[in-house]
Amino acid sequence: MKIRLTHLTKEFPNKNKKAGGFVTAVNDFDFTIPDGKLIGLLGPSGCGKSTLLNMICGLEPPTSGRIFFGEDDVTELPPENRGVGMVFQSYALYPHLTVLQNILFPLENLKGKERLSKDVMNAKAEEAARLVQIDQLMDRKPGELSGGQQQRVAIARALVKRPRVLLLDEPLSNLDARLRLQTREEIRRIQKETGITTVFVTHDQEEAMSISDEIVVMSAGVLQQTGMPQEVYDDPINLFVAMFLGTPAINVFSGQIRDCALYIGEERLLETPGIPDQEVTVGIRPEGFVLDADGPFSMEMDRVEVMGRDTTLICRHPKFRGDTVRAIVPSDTVVKRDSGTVRLTLKPAKVHLFRPDTGERVRY
Amino acid sequence: MGKASVKPWLYLLPALVFLSIFMVYPLFDVLVYSVEEGYNSASQTFFGVGLYNYAYVLRDPYFLQALKNTFILVIITVPLSTGIALLISLGLHSIPKFKELFQTIFFLPYVTNTLAVGLVFMILFKKTPYSDGFINLLINFFGGQSVDFIEGPYWAKIFVMSFYTVWVVLPFKILILTSALASVDPVLYKAAKVDGASRGRIFRRITLPMISPMIFYLVITGFIGAFKAYADEVAIFGTNLNAAGMNTIVGFVYDMLYGDSGGYPSYASAAALILFMIVLTITVINLLVSRRTSVNV
Repeated sequence: MKIRLTHLTKEFPNKNKKAGGFVTAVNDFDFTIPDGKLIGLLGPSGCGKSTLLNMICGLEPPTSGRIFFGEDDVTELPPENRGVGMVFQSYALYPHLTVLQNILFPLENLKGKERLSKDVMNAKAEEAARLVQIDQLMDRKPGELSGGQQQRVAIARALVKRPRVLLLDEPLSNLDARLRLQTREEIRRIQKETGITTVFVTHDQEEAMSISDEIVVMSAGVLQQTGMPQEVYDDPINLFVAMFLGTPAINVFSGQIRDCALYIGEERLLETPGIPDQEVTVGIRPEGFVLDADGPFSMEMDRVEVMGRDTTLICRHPKFRGDTVRAIVPSDTVVKRDSGTVRLTLKPAKVHLFRPDTGERVRY
Repeated sequence: MGKASVKPWLYLLPALVFLSIFMVYPLFDVLVYSVEEGYNSASQTFFGVGLYNYAYVLRDPYFLQALKNTFILVIITVPLSTGIALLISLGLHSIPKFKELFQTIFFLPYVTNTLAVGLVFMILFKKTPYSDGFINLLINFFGGQSVDFIEGPYWAKIFVMSFYTVWVVLPFKILILTSALASVDPVLYKAAKVDGASRGRIFRRITLPMISPMIFYLVITGFIGAFKAYADEVAIFGTNLNAAGMNTIVGFVYDMLYGDSGGYPSYASAAALILFMIVLTITVINLLVSRRTSVNV
């Protein structure tokens, strides 16, 4: 089921009554989620991504704009008539019901012609439980399950009605690191097996990039960029997206364009033909550095972090915006010293230029 | 006994001493009184030991009247007050505005003196040579006949008594239930909505089970409180409850000890123990029911 959002806006009355007015949580959001894909909705806390999810779900009415599932306008429909399944951040399992009763609950709410027989309901619950591999735990209460198991029950409950759209709100944030890795692969597997259009909200860019077919980066209620994870990473539209994606984060320097070349300080680093002279913000991905004794770029190295697979050079630079520059080089590169000046060459594809005032990308 | 095992008892000692003197000993003493036949408090003598006191009390028409009154009061007021409190709490829970104001208004009776409130009820309901009382004025207005609620027919007195009791116990129940409702995680309601549950089903399948421990608590304490009713009756019907036919078990116990026909601690003790057995039985039944239906959250 394709989901189309057109000019979706949500305003909340300002909590601070004296200030009055409205806070815009989601601002003129225009996006189409392709059918059968897993979409990662990504942004920092408070950027409106959960509000957006609640609007798709039907828990929050939009202030303006429309929501289409396929060709159906569902903007005015209550959640139960939209055919959505939702997994909440805290799972929201009913603590007084067993796992089986929790999964059966959405089916038992069906009325009239849709009402299923007891046997069919049980079979469907059984099937959903098998899909998430909790069919051994049907008689337990949620309080007797681990966080990961509760998560699976929540997914089974969301899937049991065979929704057209599955929505997950920060599904992994309550799990420990190892379980998180395992569960995100599990979500990917379940999504592939069922082919249900899935939107999941996260503030963890690694989570979003690792399993999504497409990611949507949001900031302050505004859609920043969409695309395949690698595309967005390699070609960020602005400084926010560049800084938000990638760990360690992109290194940001102050630089200038002079005589069709990029300067940081007095070092001429890259040729940028056709770009007028101006101040620029320079983003260099940690993997964009190459150790090179004749390289044009010099930094003061503080120390070396050996990660096994690769080596991180922790450096300082007067034009750097922040404390330490992180440059990741392959571990087979021999780093002889662990302090002093290092010289480096830059990989042009890993260097992005932005306007200092708006953060917009300056392409070269 | 080693040093280590003396220490905890030492810490417990103050509490144990007070509990023994003021709880265990009187309980034991009541038991002793209740089986001493023909006990004379002046001479501190008795004829023998047996269950005569119980037999006497159970044949006393005043006690039987008090027993009947108490049971009627309990059966009417406990479910009624819990039900009304639940309705009001649900209402309070669902209104966003003036919630605190209404909570305060509903809580006012709780901090008001019982006797003062009783007086107000008497003025509202009492029929005097000068006025039929406010309630009767209302009844007349709607074309009904005046009823003497305070000295009139039995059902009218029971009505006033139940009305009053419900009114007095409501605030506490509303307080408990509103906080119980507020403690239900709102995300459960969101989930239930997404799961397509109607409002009625959300209430039956989510809200009610989630607050059921508090409801059971209120029912149990409500039963115990109603069985121990006395002061409220005095406030409305005056001290001679036997004459009014509105005595309660605790009232009977009091009369047997200090009333005009009093001075019989043995009968009073027997009546008190009968009340104790009734309350114990009801509470055990309540606990068993609540354990069977309760949730482990």
